[in-house]
Amino acid sequence: MTTEVAPIDTAPSRVGFNQAFTDAMTITWRNIRAGWRVPDNQIYMFIQPIMFVLLFAYVFGGAINVPGVDYVDFLMAGIFVQTMAFACAPASVGLADDMQKGLIDRFRSLPMARSAVIAGRVIADLVNQLIVLVIMIVCGFIVGWTFHNGFGQFLAAVGLLMLFAFAMLWVGALIGLSVGSPQVAASAGLIWLFPVVFMSNVFVDPSSMPSVVQAIAEWNPVSAIASGARELFGNQSLVASDAWPMQHPVAAALLWCLLIIAVFAPLAVRKYKKASSK
Amino acid sequence: MNAITAEGLVKTFGSGEKAVKAVGGVDLVVPEGTVVGLLGPNGAGKTTTVRMLTTLLAPDSGRAVVAGHDVVREPQAVRSKIGLSGQYAAVDENLTGRENLWLFGRLYQLSSKEASKRAAELLEQFNLTDAADRTLKTYSGGMRRRLDLAGSLIVRPQVLFLDEPTTGLDPSSRLDLWDVIRERVAEGSTILLTTQYLEEADALADDIVVIDHGTVIAQGTADQLKAQIGGERIEVIVHDPEALGKAEQVLNLGSGGQCVRDDHTRKLTVPTHTGSKGLIQVIRDLDEAGVAIDDIALRRPTLDDVFVKLTGRHAEEEQQVETAQGRAS
Repeated sequence: MTTEVAPIDTAPSRVGFNQAFTDAMTITWRNIRAGWRVPDNQIYMFIQPIMFVLLFAYVFGGAINVPGVDYVDFLMAGIFVQTMAFACAPASVGLADDMQKGLIDRFRSLPMARSAVIAGRVIADLVNQLIVLVIMIVCGFIVGWTFHNGFGQFLAAVGLLMLFAFAMLWVGALIGLSVGSPQVAASAGLIWLFPVVFMSNVFVDPSSMPSVVQAIAEWNPVSAIASGARELFGNQSLVASDAWPMQHPVAAALLWCLLIIAVFAPLAVRKYKKASSK
Repeated sequence: MNAITAEGLVKTFGSGEKAVKAVGGVDLVVPEGTVVGLLGPNGAGKTTTVRMLTTLLAPDSGRAVVAGHDVVREPQAVRSKIGLSGQYAAVDENLTGRENLWLFGRLYQLSSKEASKRAAELLEQFNLTDAADRTLKTYSGGMRRRLDLAGSLIVRPQVLFLDEPTTGLDPSSRLDLWDVIRERVAEGSTILLTTQYLEEADALADDIVVIDHGTVIAQGTADQLKAQIGGERIEVIVHDPEALGKAEQVLNLGSGGQCVRDDHTRKLTVPTHTGSKGLIQVIRDLDEAGVAIDDIALRRPTLDDVFVKLTGRHAEEEQQVETAQGRAS
């Protein structure tokens, strides 16, 4: 049995692009595989989106009256955006959990690419988020929503929503790496999202809000993404507003996404490097 | 040849007045094929030392060479030759045992096929084959540690770091894990083991390094250390306070050392070199002298004894301070 004891010689000591990619895919596999076994995530991914579509379409749909628009046609892009904004949640809870349990230490003691932990998290959450979006779109079709500008623009809208999810993942990653426990990540780390999402044109017309709140809503990135998606889907939008992002929603949405990524991705990576070397 | 050489490792957390020197100049040599136990209370600097040696933490100063590579300059080369298991190297509780080992194998850069093969071998070796396809949530504490240990052995590493491998385990799981570790030792693995338990270091290590406040305060084989601490003692609690003097005389006559008397607890402590034979003799002597006793016991040296002997403080006091510091950092 002497051969049994011989060490297995593994990879060269430098990490190349191929290895970084393979490692990121391995961690992605782990996050998706393990994530789907968590009941919270199953609810988040498969129950919550369906519930939201049905609730808003059938419960609030009759009560909320946005003048001049068919509410379901108007609403659906808003719910998509809201759900993409909450892409923060799995990223922050997942990373906080890995930090707390010591898995990140284990990964760092292995001869793997360091970038893979964050890359694998982000890719896994993007895949999950895309699945959620597809489920919601299908639900939307069922309750009578549809797109009106052709398939190309439809795909562009999906792309915009995914870009927004990608941006919000980095916000979530930063929170998850900062708070220290998954419980905090799931509560305090997310509570700010509610005003951010609701002070927007996602569910209602900002012109019904007090003027200060209205200004915030019109410049809120969430509003820009929602209006951008509505424009691309060809869904009904609101009465025109003078605010620049409302005049140019697709451009504003793209700019907001890029800005969030440019700010939060480097911060999250820095935080990861710092937090994991304690 | 030495598998681990560390010289003057220093690590300070925080800065200014809040700075805590976790490790203050540790030297360490672990020859190839030996097991060295790093012994100390919570927060003594054991884990910080291991974290530096396993490339998780860069030392402020000093240098370390592990498996022939410098931990700061060639961390990837070190990582491919070491295994780390213990309190700070976790497993994914939502993956099965097999999936966890496959994952670690892949991250050790094995091919998917090799990783599956190693996972199967290790599951077999660690008696986890029946539980291989259940998620770790369903594992007992002992099974989880065994899997954790298996995860550190995927590439049959040249140097194995076990950071408090049995802390928090029940006694029977602890003995199981000791057996597993002994098998590695028999195969010639080099192991650096940290522990709070003297008996664990005693059972597994060739050499023991005692660490406190981030510095090495004693070093030697288990026997050498025990000799320093004073070996086994007999403790007697006398029923009648009036009889303390008489009992003290009996103990001083019958054994190999000076008796320590505590009037308040009616306790007499005397060193012995003859173990349970000495205990029987003392019971006979006291009986003949007509001294009634409430309790008598043979006490082996504990980590606390090492601490009292080496530092003049109890390990318990130490722990409270260190725990507070641990939280601060």
